[in-house]
Amino acid sequence: MKIQESDAKSLLLARGLPVPAWTVARTPAAARQAAEAILAGGEDKVVIKALVLVGGRGKAGGVKLAGSADEAEQVADAILGMNIKGITVQKVLVAAAADIVKEFYLAAVLDRKSQRIILMGSAEGGMDIEEVAATRPEAIIREAAHPHLGLLPWQARRLVFGMGLGAHLKDAVRIATGLVETMLVNDADLVEINPLAIIREAGPDGSPVERLVCLDAKVTLDDSALGRHPDLAGMRDLDEEDPTDRIAREQGISFIKLDGNIGCMVNGAGLAMTTMDLVKQAGGAPANFLDIGGGARSDKVAAAMALILSDPKVEAILVNIFGGIARGDEVARGLVEARKEQARSVPMVVRIVGTNAEAAAQILQAEKVATAASLDEAVSMAVAAARASAGGAA
Amino acid sequence: MSILVGRETRLVVQGITGREGEFHARAMQAYGTNIVAGVTPGKGGSMALDGTVPVYDTVAEAVAQAGANTSIIFVPAAGATDAVMEAALSGIATIFCIAEHIPALDMLKAVEVVRRAGATLVGPNCPGATTPGQAKVGIIPGSIHLPGRVGVVSRSGTLTYEAVQAMTDAGLGQSTCLGIGGDPIIGTTHLDALKLFAADPDTDAIVMIGEIGGTAEEEAAAWAAEHMAHMPKVAFIAGRTAPEGKRMGHAGAIISGGSGTAASKTAALEAAGFRVALSPTQLPKLLREAGYKG
Repeated sequence: MKIQESDAKSLLLARGLPVPAWTVARTPAAARQAAEAILAGGEDKVVIKALVLVGGRGKAGGVKLAGSADEAEQVADAILGMNIKGITVQKVLVAAAADIVKEFYLAAVLDRKSQRIILMGSAEGGMDIEEVAATRPEAIIREAAHPHLGLLPWQARRLVFGMGLGAHLKDAVRIATGLVETMLVNDADLVEINPLAIIREAGPDGSPVERLVCLDAKVTLDDSALGRHPDLAGMRDLDEEDPTDRIAREQGISFIKLDGNIGCMVNGAGLAMTTMDLVKQAGGAPANFLDIGGGARSDKVAAAMALILSDPKVEAILVNIFGGIARGDEVARGLVEARKEQARSVPMVVRIVGTNAEAAAQILQAEKVATAASLDEAVSMAVAAARASAGGAA
Repeated sequence: MSILVGRETRLVVQGITGREGEFHARAMQAYGTNIVAGVTPGKGGSMALDGTVPVYDTVAEAVAQAGANTSIIFVPAAGATDAVMEAALSGIATIFCIAEHIPALDMLKAVEVVRRAGATLVGPNCPGATTPGQAKVGIIPGSIHLPGRVGVVSRSGTLTYEAVQAMTDAGLGQSTCLGIGGDPIIGTTHLDALKLFAADPDTDAIVMIGEIGGTAEEEAAAWAAEHMAHMPKVAFIAGRTAPEGKRMGHAGAIISGGSGTAASKTAALEAAGFRVALSPTQLPKLLREAGYKG
C-alpha cells in the first residue's frame, strides 16, 4: 500500500529523523493560513506540493514555490483539483522552502533477488534514480542489512563515506539506520528519501549553518502485514481509491480495470494474466484483470460478477476456473445465482475444469449457460460473443 | 525420486487438524503419499485421518518418533513462519509452505534460518509439488498428472495446473511438478529448481512457467544456457498484456521501469535456448519440436 508523503514523513519523525515541519491543506484558504505562519517565522518562501500517490508530480506542475500568503493561496488554488496522471489533487503539503546546498538519494528497499533489505545511496539526489542505475550504476552505493542483525553501524558508515557525506557522518548514519528501522517497525517494502539534502539555515546566533534533512519521503507498506498495524491501515488514502477498487479489496478479490470490453473472472493470478493475454491474442480486448482467489465461494463469485458489470463497456464475460482448492460446482452455483440478480444481461462463456467440474457442467447446462471445454475454445467464444454484442448495440 | 518429493518422502503435516490441513492431508494420502505424522500443538497423542496418522505436539517428536523427513505447513499466515523455522530446526530436510499473505519481512528472517539449517523451503503461497505416481505434497489436483520425464516448475498455482493438464492430454508425463509461489521472498527460486532438475536422472526435459515482474526467470535462463544446453526446454510467461505499474494479484507480478516485462523475459529465455509458448496449450508441441522424444 502506498501512503502519502505527509504520512511517510510522520513515520520518519517517529524514528527521530530530521524532517522539516509541514502542514496538510485541503483548501486554498488553509494553504494560505499555513503559509502565513511559516512566513511569519522568518522564512522567505514556502513550497506547496500536491499530495498524490503517483510519481512525476513535479513535472506535472504539482510542486510550486510562493513568496507571500496571497501567492500561496493562488498556487494552492491552481494545484488543488489539478489532474495528475488521472488522479485529482485533493490536498497539498505546505512547508518552508529549503535553501538546498546539495541533494542526495537514500532508500531502503526489500530486494527479492538477494533476499535482503538493501540500502541504496547516491550523491546524485533529486534525479530519477532508475535512470542513474541504468546509466551510471557505479554512482549508487549499496549495503545489505542482515535479516536478523539489521544494518550494522560500520555498514552505515561505509555507505555514508561512499556517498561523500563524511562531513555529516553522525547525522547521516542516524538517518541510514533510521530508514531500516522505519522499514522493520512498519513492515514497509520501500522507504525512500529523494532528496536527502544538506540545507542552509539560520543558526542560533543568526549566522548560516548547514544541516542534513529528509526533504521528501516515499513509503510503501506490505499489504500482507497491515493486519498487525491497525494504525497504518488508517493511512490508506480513500480519496484516491476508486469505489470499485475498494469493493474488490474488501471482498478479497484482486481486480484491475482495463480498457477492453470482455470481462474476465479467473481463479489465480497467473491464470488470470494468461486469460487476458489469450483474449488479446485472439483479437479481443480484456476489460479487467480479476483473480477471485482461492476458495471462490458463491458470495465472492456474485461480488466479482457485480464488479465486472459495473463497467458499462463490458459486452461479454469470460469465466475461467481451474478447480483445485476452489470447487467447480460452488463456482457454478454462484454464477447462476449472480446471473439471476444482475442488472443487465451480457453474454457469458464459462469454462470450469478440475475439482467437481462434472457437477459444475450439469448446473450450467441446466441453466443454459454457454460452456467451453478448453481455454482456447472459451477465449474464442468470448471474443465472438463480444463482437456480436458490440455489433448488435451499434 | 525425481526432485524434492517421491517414494522416500515421509511427510509430517503441520496443522493437520485444521480445516484445510485435514482436507488436503486426506487428498495427499489418497494419492499415495506416505504421511507419517501430524503436528498440532495441544493435540499430541491423538490420531488423525481416521486413526491412520499419529499427531504430535512438536515437529521434533514427529522427526524422532515417526521419522518424518519432509513437512507441509497448513498453518495460517500469522503462525506460518514460526512453523517453517520449527521444521527447519527440528531436522526436517524439505519444507513446503502453502499459506498466502505472509509478511515479507517475516519470510526474510525465516528463509535465513532455513538456509542456515541446511534445509530446503518451497513457498510460501505455493501449491507444492507432485512426483506423479509416487507422492503429492501440496494442493495440486492429483488427477491432472501423468508419470513421465518432464520437469515442470512454475510461479503460479492454477496456471501450473493448466500447463500440466495440457501436457498430460498430449501424453507427455512429468517427473516432478513444482510450484514455487508468487511472493517476493520465496525459499526455492526458478534457478534452484532448474539446478535440482539438471541433477535429476529422472528428468529429460524442462517446462518453466513464469510471470512478469522481477528477474528470476532471466537468472534461471542464463544458468540453463550454460548447464542444460542439451536438454529440451520450453517456457511460458504470463502477463504479456499487463499494464505497467499495476500489481497483478501476485505480490511479485509487477512491471516497473521497463524491467521484468514479458518481452524482456521472452528474449532472455529464447537467447538461452528455451522455446517460448504463446499459450500453455502450445507447450507439448514446442517440447516435441525441441527434440523431446519421451
